[in-house]
Amino acid sequence: MKAAVVLFPGSNCDRDTLVALERITGQKPAQVWHTQTDLPPADLVVLPGGFTYGDYLRAGAMAARSPVMAAVKKRAADGAYVLGICNGFQMLTETGLLPGALMRNAGLKFICKDVHLSVERNDTPFTRKYATGKPIRIPIAHHDGNYFTDDDTLARLEGEGRVAFRYVTKDGAPNEAANPNGSRGNIAGIYSDDMRVLGMMPHPERLIEPGLGGSDGRPLFEGLMEALS
Amino acid sequence: MKARVHITLKNGVLDPQGKAIEKTLGNLGFAGIGDVRQGKVIELNISETDPAKAEAQVKQMCEQLLANTVIENYSIELDAA
Repeated sequence: MKAAVVLFPGSNCDRDTLVALERITGQKPAQVWHTQTDLPPADLVVLPGGFTYGDYLRAGAMAARSPVMAAVKKRAADGAYVLGICNGFQMLTETGLLPGALMRNAGLKFICKDVHLSVERNDTPFTRKYATGKPIRIPIAHHDGNYFTDDDTLARLEGEGRVAFRYVTKDGAPNEAANPNGSRGNIAGIYSDDMRVLGMMPHPERLIEPGLGGSDGRPLFEGLMEALS
Repeated sequence: MKARVHITLKNGVLDPQGKAIEKTLGNLGFAGIGDVRQGKVIELNISETDPAKAEAQVKQMCEQLLANTVIENYSIELDAA
């Protein structure tokens, strides 16, 4: 699997993402600068987390309009897989590759902690190595992760099985107590209509081996490698 | 010509910052305050002198960058002075 990681001014999870991909795929991912108008050949394009452009105007707004994003959109239309993590998810909603918006956390605070997530389906390349019904533990670190969309879009996402991950209790209940940021439907991650674009607020790249405190992020990259190789 | 863009959250979109402001206004003793909504104002100078054309340009800026129309409304004010 060939992967490319896009770097923007203010990205800060790019290195973790590069290391995770290299460790798991055995191949160094390409690094792409935000001013590039072309992407190298890649089966997977990753938009990493961070605080691009200081979250000015809206989180991800500036990065979503940078030159490289036209190439990312085109690549997505051509069938490549795209993963947006945290700020990357915000960029994907700002470009319109995913519906909805990530708003200020309902409690107004920046939240940095481990959360539990349900894997809503495991028949996609992103989640094939996970079991549904078994919550995973992944960290979040964001100020603007409150997923909002209108009622119609929410119903469509639910109806089409496009919710990838939900915030749940350690026992798997998607209730209000488990919702860290006010997201509608406890949504932590969603797919595009062709299931090839995934945006998620939690950071799987931060937990890829026990030495880092856990390895629940690892199956996401392993699944992609298996499916896209 | 000066343009001023007002950006506000759409009705039905939760505004936790507005809520926090409302609560603090109450704490300060301002009674009878409700429905506080926070927004943004963006000012810019535009060399276009035709108001209709200027407004059309600013509208495009709003659609493409200044507002996120999934969650925000915008209104444009032009000031020829």
